[in-house]
Amino acid sequence: MQTNETPEYAIETKDLSIFYGAFKAVSDVNMLLEKQKITAIIGPSGCGKSTLLRAFNRMNDFVPNSHVTGEILMRGQNLYGSNIDPVEVRRSIGMVFQKPNPFPKSIYENIAWGARINGFKGNMDELVEQSLRGSALWEEVKDVLQKSAYELSGGQQQRLCIARTIAIQPSIILMDEPASALDPISTLRIEELMQELKKNYTIIIVTHNMQQAARVSDYTAMMMLDKEGSRSGTVIEFSETKRIFTNPKDKRTEDYVTGRFG
Amino acid sequence: MNPTDNHYPTGESFRKSLNGRYRIASIWQAIFFSALLIALLSLAALLYNVVDGAFGYVAFEYKNDPTEFTAKPLDDLNKQELLEILQTNLSSGAYTKLDNEKTMEKRSKSVLYTLVLERLIQVDTKKTWSMTDSILRGNEIKAEVAKKYPEAKLEFRSWLTPVFLTTPMSSKAEFAGVRTAILGSLWMVGIAILFALPIGTGAAIYLQEYATKNFLNRIIQTNINNLAGVPSIVYGMLGLAIFVRALEPFTSGSMFGITDTNGRTILSAGLTMGILVLPLIIINGQEAIKAVPDSLRQAAYGIGATRWQTIWHHVLPNALPGILTGSILAVSRAIGETAPLIIVGASTFISLDPEGPFSKFTALPIQVYQWTTRAQTEFHAIAASAIIVLLILLLTLNAAAVIIRNRVQRKY
Amino acid sequence: MKNTIMENKNFRPLDLKKKMRPGESVIQSLLFISGVLSIFITVAIVYELGKEALLFFNNPDVTLTKFFATTQWQPGIGLFGIWPLVTATLTTSAIAIFVSLPLGLAAALFLSEYATPKARSTLKPILEVLAGIPTVVYGYFALLFMTPLLQSIFGESVQVYNMASAGIVMGIMILPLIASMSEDALSAVPRSLREGAYAMGATKFETSIQVVLPASLSGVGAALIIGISRAIGETMIVAIASGSGPNFTFNPFKAAETMTGHIARISGGDLSYNSIDYTSLFAVALMLFLVTLVLNLISQVVVERFREKYE
Ligand SMILES: Nc1ncnc2c1ncn2[C@@H]1O[C@H](COP(=O)(O)OP(=O)(O)OP(=O)(O)O)[C@@H](O)[C@H]1O
Ligand SMILES: [Mg+2]
Repeated sequence: MQTNETPEYAIETKDLSIFYGAFKAVSDVNMLLEKQKITAIIGPSGCGKSTLLRAFNRMNDFVPNSHVTGEILMRGQNLYGSNIDPVEVRRSIGMVFQKPNPFPKSIYENIAWGARINGFKGNMDELVEQSLRGSALWEEVKDVLQKSAYELSGGQQQRLCIARTIAIQPSIILMDEPASALDPISTLRIEELMQELKKNYTIIIVTHNMQQAARVSDYTAMMMLDKEGSRSGTVIEFSETKRIFTNPKDKRTEDYVTGRFG
Repeated sequence: MNPTDNHYPTGESFRKSLNGRYRIASIWQAIFFSALLIALLSLAALLYNVVDGAFGYVAFEYKNDPTEFTAKPLDDLNKQELLEILQTNLSSGAYTKLDNEKTMEKRSKSVLYTLVLERLIQVDTKKTWSMTDSILRGNEIKAEVAKKYPEAKLEFRSWLTPVFLTTPMSSKAEFAGVRTAILGSLWMVGIAILFALPIGTGAAIYLQEYATKNFLNRIIQTNINNLAGVPSIVYGMLGLAIFVRALEPFTSGSMFGITDTNGRTILSAGLTMGILVLPLIIINGQEAIKAVPDSLRQAAYGIGATRWQTIWHHVLPNALPGILTGSILAVSRAIGETAPLIIVGASTFISLDPEGPFSKFTALPIQVYQWTTRAQTEFHAIAASAIIVLLILLLTLNAAAVIIRNRVQRKY
Repeated sequence: MKNTIMENKNFRPLDLKKKMRPGESVIQSLLFISGVLSIFITVAIVYELGKEALLFFNNPDVTLTKFFATTQWQPGIGLFGIWPLVTATLTTSAIAIFVSLPLGLAAALFLSEYATPKARSTLKPILEVLAGIPTVVYGYFALLFMTPLLQSIFGESVQVYNMASAGIVMGIMILPLIASMSEDALSAVPRSLREGAYAMGATKFETSIQVVLPASLSGVGAALIIGISRAIGETMIVAIASGSGPNFTFNPFKAAETMTGHIARISGGDLSYNSIDYTSLFAVALMLFLVTLVLNLISQVVVERFREKYE
């Protein structure tokens, strides 16, 4: 995947619509996401944030009858092109979920497993250590690597999930409300971690927490059901986070970010 | 972490390894699927094996020439003529005995015909063939019979006939039927359900509606789950010790003035089977009661109903289809169970219809067992026929259960 | 017309004291008795089997050394070595598990991880039908299909009655049980775990074998234990196809009588109540009961633990 290097943009959507059966959950999204930046997706519940996020690494493939129209382009290749392999897509676009979901294996194995199935040839111990350092968990677990991941706290589990994601060295990391199940201190740690990670990765994060979006993200996409009566969500405004929170163009965005939304 | 320091295969080499992974994945998927295929094949083989046994060529000889008894061809005789043949040729004692079992004049033509064959002409089966052999090697079989048994007749026979269903046992496979076995099974299952349904439903109601989470109730629940896993032969031993032996005066009917049997009666078998299916009925009953929405109970309590009124008027009517489905499943289980019946002593040779709970009895699966273990192949053929009867009975019951279940699912 | 419903009821006498409801209490007691009856059944099993087994072991000819250290069983003529029955039970059960565990697990994996809902609803009835067939019919199948089949493959060394045929058919009989319990365990693994694996670029196969299966291992273990318990307690298949007569051998192509088969054969005849044959059957049955009881209890505990983990 080294063709058509477009330096500034990690990923681009063109007229992207996502369907569950006949139901159009997300319609006509056009976005250019910059490399090594954090983009936040915000919006009311049910407007299709998770659906859009999961379209980026083709997780919706597992929902029977779902399909997309339009394109998602990564370095010139359409992720939904007929010659594209979804497993390769997920390898290069990692994901962290709302609820921490470590595998029922040891801490070490949680990280090594993904590396192994993807054909990692280097020094595994080193990779585990680097990944755990990368997710700021190393100091806490370095002596208990063989313990079950289930014995960690929720916040630690979530950082482990981030560690196993960066271990397979994707170029983009998707995060769906990664801190919503965590306490404020763990949340803060994850946010700090994201700032650290964006040096190497492009991050797209869905969040319900306005302050969090304002704190961590460089760009923000505001999603909303597109009009009265319709149940399709779409991106109504997408620009620098500062602008979204201080000077939004759309009245609905302003209402939402200031908390005046229904 | 240094992202340039990349130990992962990239580009073409990753593609290649991924293709390898996909190949392994699809091989295994095929293996997983083939497990189901094997299950399907086994089922098909089993059913085929049974059907294969129940039809096919039979080579047989008449021990006595029919012309000794009548000038007409056997098949052309009418009822009256058959009766006369029996009267003149059977010893008077044998005739009177038959007449006492059931008046000869009242027997149908086909029954009389069978009697003539069985008692007078006497059939001697030389050899039987499976359905497949009969179809594929018909000519070979004919040649073999002509050579080895020049006197024998060869006939393609369905061992499963209406007569098979309506005739009682016989020591000759050609004349044996499952009438007494079916009746025995029905009596036995009837008693089992009569015993287990009220008690099982009562226990289910107690556990779901009354029981608090205390030690005793936890024990009861665990115990019921365990009883469901006790091997059926152990229930047979329990039945033998308690019903057949300890309660003999009751189960043999001697308490009620019946003298000619011991404790190995339909009643003992039915009660044993009742105990065996009890855990099944309780567990299914609990599921059915659990499925009744709580709002219904609250609505009833809300207008001042007592607990039993609530259960009787609201919970039970709504749980009834589920309880019914459970009982049908219990009936299917009881009809197919064999081991406990062997232990409590089902007789195998019963030529008289059971008359009540204190009769000796046989049952369908007992007959299947008995005939399967005989060496002569004609008995295997009637075993196969009895299996078909048994399976059709079970299929009907399960279809009924499915229909009831679907009715209920539509409701909530 | 006067509306009686809307009338003020404040003047109706109000009595909120506890009332005796004899009907209710009688019914409640009856229901309680029904519930407790199941305990009596267990007690009766233990008591009856134990009583007769005790008579057996109290017989001066029977010693524990003979029971456990000799290899011939024929109580009628003073041979009390339980081993031939035990080895036959172990051999047939082992064959059954060897057949049913891989097949049942593979079927469960296909149904829970690969099959579309439509495929599932057409494939599952096969297993349900297999599970509903009476074991005596499996016995017929073992003797008249599986044995000839084995004989045509392995030749003369396969006896007419043999443990292999009974064991294989028993495996087919247990397959649906293991498949459905394992499928329950696999489906209980939360979807988030599968998604986590997919998101790391795992294929469906890698996800189901390396993540889902290990996560459901205790549930599968419970299925295995129940399967073993079923195999040990199964009677008709072995009674018909495995041979009548104790035989101390592990050779699956030889005839040998299992514990259950032995009970079925001996008790089928007319047995006099106080003979050593009669009491010996209860000793065997007691062993059977205790072994299956322990297995069932273990499996219940395992399933309970497993459920707690994911609920
Ligand atoms: N698997 C699915 N099948 C069918 N419809 C779905 C599925 N997942 C989501 N939807 C529908 O798609 C729409 C968007 O859902 P989505 O989960 O993307 O919303 P969201 O913005 O992430 O909401 P929340 O903030 O509550 O997480 C909703 O109407 C939802 O009902
Ligand atoms: Mg969401």
